[in-house]
Amino acid sequence: MAENIIINGLVLSGVYALLAIGFSLIFGVARIVNLAHTAFYMLAAYLIYSLAVTAGLNLYLSIFLAIVIVVITGMLSYRLVIARIRQHEATTLIVTIALAVILQEALLKGFGGTPRSVPKIISGSTEIFGVAVLNQQILTFGIVLLLLVATWLFLMKTRTGVAIRSTAQDREVANLMGINVPRMEMTTMAISAALAAVAGALVAPLLVLTPGMWTHPLVMVLAIVVLGGLGSLKGSLIGAFILGFAENLVIFLAPSGSYLKTSVALTIMIIVILIRPEGLFGVVFEEERG
Amino acid sequence: MKWLTKGAIILLIACLVLAAVSCGEEEEVKELRIGVIGPMQFQHGQHHWAGATLAADEINAAGGIQVGEDSYTVTLVQVDSNELVSVTDASSAAEEAITLDNVDVLMGTIRSEAALAVQEVAMDYETIFMVCGSSTVEMSNKVADDYDRYKYWFRITPVNDLYLGQLNFLLVGMVAQKIGAELMMPPKLAVMAEKAAWTESIVAAAQAYLPPQGIEVIGVWQPSDKATDVTAELTAIEDAGANMIMTALSGTVGIPYARAWEELEIPAASVGINVMAQADDFFENTGGFGNYETTLNTLARDVELTEMTLPFIDAFIEETGEMPTYNAGTYDAIYILKEAIERADSVDADDIVVELENTDYDGVAGHFVFDDNHDVTWGPGYITALGVQWQDGELVGIWPPADGSWNGVVYEGIVDYELPSWVVEYWTQ
Repeated sequence: MAENIIINGLVLSGVYALLAIGFSLIFGVARIVNLAHTAFYMLAAYLIYSLAVTAGLNLYLSIFLAIVIVVITGMLSYRLVIARIRQHEATTLIVTIALAVILQEALLKGFGGTPRSVPKIISGSTEIFGVAVLNQQILTFGIVLLLLVATWLFLMKTRTGVAIRSTAQDREVANLMGINVPRMEMTTMAISAALAAVAGALVAPLLVLTPGMWTHPLVMVLAIVVLGGLGSLKGSLIGAFILGFAENLVIFLAPSGSYLKTSVALTIMIIVILIRPEGLFGVVFEEERG
Repeated sequence: MKWLTKGAIILLIACLVLAAVSCGEEEEVKELRIGVIGPMQFQHGQHHWAGATLAADEINAAGGIQVGEDSYTVTLVQVDSNELVSVTDASSAAEEAITLDNVDVLMGTIRSEAALAVQEVAMDYETIFMVCGSSTVEMSNKVADDYDRYKYWFRITPVNDLYLGQLNFLLVGMVAQKIGAELMMPPKLAVMAEKAAWTESIVAAAQAYLPPQGIEVIGVWQPSDKATDVTAELTAIEDAGANMIMTALSGTVGIPYARAWEELEIPAASVGINVMAQADDFFENTGGFGNYETTLNTLARDVELTEMTLPFIDAFIEETGEMPTYNAGTYDAIYILKEAIERADSVDADDIVVELENTDYDGVAGHFVFDDNHDVTWGPGYITALGVQWQDGELVGIWPPADGSWNGVVYEGIVDYELPSWVVEYWTQ
């Protein structure tokens, strides 16, 4: 049973981490709680379905096009809507959730509620320590690790990454130092949307596509970033693993209560927040912001 | 000129009087307004609507519903309950249909939670409500508890969840026998039931009644009906040593379940209720996985339950391109209603209820008779339902067994149940 919990926990946590890092990035840099983040993930999944299944395009080309379209959509929504109201945090929350609901309703109108499936990049399964794991899950986990490392290297080792981190720490000082803050925020939005789209491309073949598929991941992502400390990438990563493993523990240890897995994970988040209101790494982040 | 003006006025008045008289003489169009309520963006609601439309078109083409010397045209009103997205939307949609669209009868719904809410609204307005989608026995219990309020409620499809439980056990028993005969081992059953009102009695009954019949229940897994991934549950079931899974899944979870079940080659035969596996596009939606998935169903393409079954299936497929699901029971519902109205010779709801209670009708899904609680009767000679299995990408009927071992009931078109090849391979290696 332990092998099952570890392997399934790793796979699920990886997916949550990919979504949470993108969400956390845009909050850390632009202080925007983008509740439409998982709607971008859903949009990518439906675009891949439309391009690969309906239009019959090559799967890899469909994934590439879907990521590009989602990045453009993310940037447009930032430029045309979010950037104009970002000073008002509550308004931003409402507007981004409205964007997500509009997208949901548009997909419901366009595709109906019938569940859809996206073809896998690789099918079949492999036994790891006696546990059957889908090859697509293994691929997903591998790419998630690569993307997390790539994101970290980008933020730590490139000029743009340093500029983004500077903007995250102090917008005004970054501005005085000659950093083009709006451009950094737009770049971050593009990266954030791209991470959501990649998550959609990787995970969509494992799930079923419905116009409501963005809501559960959004709840989990919010819980993860609050648990890890809003805006902290390290915190998001660790939060993703804590909640991913918590969900799997419920499935294996209390099977008849497996529908409660999300509630249990959220309860853990509440307990941590009661003890550390700033989240696991929130203080460090706040200190970084000066 | 004066006489000319007077003449023109008199002529005008005469024309108006004539027009008024001729309008009064025009035969008044009488209509019976039926609200078809379901999630219209989903296949469930679309099948509600398609079944109702077929029946209404046929009835109207044949002259409508006869009440005395009057002929009533059936007018359908589409009511989007949106219940699969938001359960609470269903009751407001029902209220709007009754109060604004002036429907005389409501039929449809799918989610028990939504159907229960719609039932309350319909009863408040003393409007007949014929369920074509929800199985919860809570609805019929209300008729027993407070007949005067709930007498306007009837269930057409599916049979109630107590009967569904028994049907599930019959299918489970058939598969358990197969496991005993082919794998030479006792059945070990895992229950995979979504957390919903309709599965509660099924889960409880499985735990109570299957062990005395030699079927060990090794665990119950209850994901959300909207879960998008159940690979962890499936690997837990494999880890627990199950060789059978009894399903009770009505939501979209049925697709990732069946897909992962075959792709992971979980060594347990899957049997029970998986509503997603009842639809034609199941195999497409699972990406070609889910072969051998076995589920209860109301209809199967080549299985003739009554003389009406195959012509209806053909007409439905011609109209929609899809095999009808149990939600298309609106077809039977409208014909049952028509017969009751014509027997009652009235469109008054109380009069219709009396005649609905006397229903004795051969429909598409079998022979309809309502019990004292207005539930459709299940059993040999009544509505039996079917067991169906995906074999080589085709949905075929596998229960009642072709040998007539279930109370002598035999339908044309039934084939033998097959154990999944990977299950046989795993346990015989």
